[in-house]
Amino acid sequence: MLDLINVSYDTQIPNNVGLSSDKKVLKALEKWHPGYIDWWNKLIPQNFQESLVYLRTAVSVDPKGWAKFDYVKMPEYRWGVLLAPQVEDRRIPCGEHAGEPAWQEVPGEYRNMLKRLIVIQGDTEPASVEQQRLLALTAPSLYDMRNLFQVNVEEGRHLWAMVYLLHKYFGRDGREEADDLLRRQSGSEEAPRMLGAFNEETPDWLSFFMFTYFTDRDGKMQLESLAQSGFDPLSRTCRFMLTEEAHHMFVGETGVGRTIQRTCEVMKENGIEDPYEIDRIRALGVIDLPLIQKKLNLHYTLSLDLFGQEVSTNAANAFNAGIKGRYQEHRLTDDHKLTGDTYKVWDIVDGKIVQHEVPALTAINMRLRDDYTRDAAGGVGRWNKIIEKSGIDFELKLPHEAFNRKIGVFADKLIDPEGNFVSGAEYDAGEPNWLPSHADGDFIQSLMKPEYEPGKYARWIAPPKVGIDNKPGDFEYVKLAMA
Amino acid sequence: MNKPVKQHLIDPEICIRCYTCEMTCPIEAITHDDMNVVVDAEKCNFCMDCIPVCPTGSIDEWRVVNTPYSLEEQFEWTELPEQEDLGQSEAETGLEAIDEAMAALLAEAHAGAGGKAVAPRSAAKPSVNLYTLGKPAVAKVQGNYRLTDDPDHDVRHIILDLGGQPFPVLEGQSVGIIPPGEDESGKPHLPRLYSISSPRDGERPNYNNISLTVKREQGGLCSNYVCDLEKGDEVQLTGPFGATFLMPDDADARLLMVCTGTGSAPMRAFTMRRQRAVGGKSGGMLMFFGARNPESLPYFGPLKKVPEALLKQHLVYSRVDGQPKEYVQDRMMAEEEAVAEMLTDPNTHIYICGLKGMEEGVEHALTNIAESIGQPWAALRDVMRSEGRYHVETY
Repeated sequence: MLDLINVSYDTQIPNNVGLSSDKKVLKALEKWHPGYIDWWNKLIPQNFQESLVYLRTAVSVDPKGWAKFDYVKMPEYRWGVLLAPQVEDRRIPCGEHAGEPAWQEVPGEYRNMLKRLIVIQGDTEPASVEQQRLLALTAPSLYDMRNLFQVNVEEGRHLWAMVYLLHKYFGRDGREEADDLLRRQSGSEEAPRMLGAFNEETPDWLSFFMFTYFTDRDGKMQLESLAQSGFDPLSRTCRFMLTEEAHHMFVGETGVGRTIQRTCEVMKENGIEDPYEIDRIRALGVIDLPLIQKKLNLHYTLSLDLFGQEVSTNAANAFNAGIKGRYQEHRLTDDHKLTGDTYKVWDIVDGKIVQHEVPALTAINMRLRDDYTRDAAGGVGRWNKIIEKSGIDFELKLPHEAFNRKIGVFADKLIDPEGNFVSGAEYDAGEPNWLPSHADGDFIQSLMKPEYEPGKYARWIAPPKVGIDNKPGDFEYVKLAMA
Repeated sequence: MNKPVKQHLIDPEICIRCYTCEMTCPIEAITHDDMNVVVDAEKCNFCMDCIPVCPTGSIDEWRVVNTPYSLEEQFEWTELPEQEDLGQSEAETGLEAIDEAMAALLAEAHAGAGGKAVAPRSAAKPSVNLYTLGKPAVAKVQGNYRLTDDPDHDVRHIILDLGGQPFPVLEGQSVGIIPPGEDESGKPHLPRLYSISSPRDGERPNYNNISLTVKREQGGLCSNYVCDLEKGDEVQLTGPFGATFLMPDDADARLLMVCTGTGSAPMRAFTMRRQRAVGGKSGGMLMFFGARNPESLPYFGPLKKVPEALLKQHLVYSRVDGQPKEYVQDRMMAEEEAVAEMLTDPNTHIYICGLKGMEEGVEHALTNIAESIGQPWAALRDVMRSEGRYHVETY
């Protein structure tokens, strides 16, 4: 019998989808595999490829088997195709087909829409690995380096997950799309990644933490809505990816939190009460809180752009088709069709920022973005608790959604972080206080010195409260192969 | 007053609200508001499905409470409340096992310490009770080696492979083995407890395996089952159990270990852990190990290869022809000065493990030695115990 829980290793590609008896897809994947390995090998500096990293590998998709920790060389990581167990008699959760049995094959009329969603999701996965490829050179600890690599290998696995769907369900053009996922490169002139935020370099570790907190959280919300898809293989794939994505959120939230913690500690040790004594604080080798606010402003607003236009017919069509649901669709108690409902969206009317009701169907993006903002605000609250505990008078805030936008109704408008329209001169005067400058970036860069001794941390960041897999503080998370 | 209960909680300072546990919980016992993810004490059945999926480790928190914290209380927390002091009864108020029968067994084994056991301050956080009678782990026997030459003392070193199942253990913890079959009333047998004799990273480093040290008892249902296991056999395990008989994660801590027979199991784990973690430079470990004769002393061969710099050994025999009987307490008295010096060091941790019968003699020796340096033993022992530096596990 086909074992759908435990991972089978009888092919080169670990999987729980019975690949060994699905010759056509197996052949296609095996053809794609060398290109993937080649992509990985060229990406990350050689000495890290040869290092032993304490990584988590899923050995089955049931709760007790998906987190097996061991030392692995990254190129030997068992990337595989893992789908959450099939739910018996699952129904399409939303849209005009709500209540009908979930599709096990691609519904012909929605083929292109589905493929496009899968390709966009798939394109972000390798992109982030490309953006982060050099970070290990400046890792503030072996613990952080291990977390970076865990994020990287899992993004790699998420690419696998999407490529499997393309090969299995979309025939020849699916295979071409899968090849293109390896052809495009983050930041490339000729073949850039599909979404803007994934073509920016991740230049330093604070940016990495902000990225995993804010941008990966967009990924999480997209996965949440695809996990509600009426196309069951996509839903099962995304459900399993979400368990891995949680670790990425963890790296971001605790990374920023530990940075804040360290800044507060050093301020206290040196008797600095005023968080705006920036020169003194920076001279002590830690990142001032106002700069952390500026980084937050930047990464939050870039991530908001990933949700697309506030009012969108594409999003409405995907929902109505049952291809993409809302965040936690199964917990919502409305009719799941939204035919008569309305939803509040932002708009600009007569030079003023206002909210008004539009048909809920067209506001699917806005709604997911609101869920995202609520989710993102949680961590900011926790960061403020750290500051509060240390007795420093400073509060981090999410800026107004209208600030610094490139997509949607607020695109390229001169609006300050409080959500007020300002003149060009006012914007220019305020910008150095709102967004990180080149000088700010240079300062952060100057702190990025590697710390490779087990149990030691770079000066600008506090150690974690708990080790990965309950490991003690001086655990050697990466056994470095020094070239 | 109600009997205290164990409550599963989530540490709000560490949790990042990813809701993976909530999605994993098969009975929807986990819920959240905008602040915290919380466990409903009325629903949680300790199935442990949520423990391995948590990316942060915040999920593995337990408190013993008279009245469980309500959901509303938990929503308000910014940090986890301390464990309340509910008295000295370890079986009722300890967290050595979630399973009541196992908790009672361990409490009995720890009784000789004279009060409620406390883990060493620097000890790593143990995982407890991940596998239960209803949902045991299945291990495969990798090896079964006889450790003794004495025909009347059949002690075995059993190696169990956990395969892909997460089974995190710390040195000093125990597992339950469920012997196959049923008792007279037709119920499955309850698990028997065995100390793990391998260190946390596996009998073989970075392999997911553990070892046990098991003595064949005449007529013993489980010990005969275990001692007769063959390579490839499958064994049902519960646990791990034990949250206090643990070693300090501190290379400078000194360990005074007193054991007899299979009580050497945790001491072997401690020694291997030290050897692997800090290597030869550690030192600070002194062991008194008693048996009838060299032929019945488990690990006699391997022990001879352990350098004195790592572990100073006193192997003590009570039945060697032509020699006077000597018990561990006799040798402790003979080594009075060395033991006394360790007793005065606030970095010393004492571990006693073996048959119940050894307790009295060892206690007597420690009393004498403590008195000789002007320390009333009962008081010193209580201080050491409350600081997590005095541990007894006897059966």
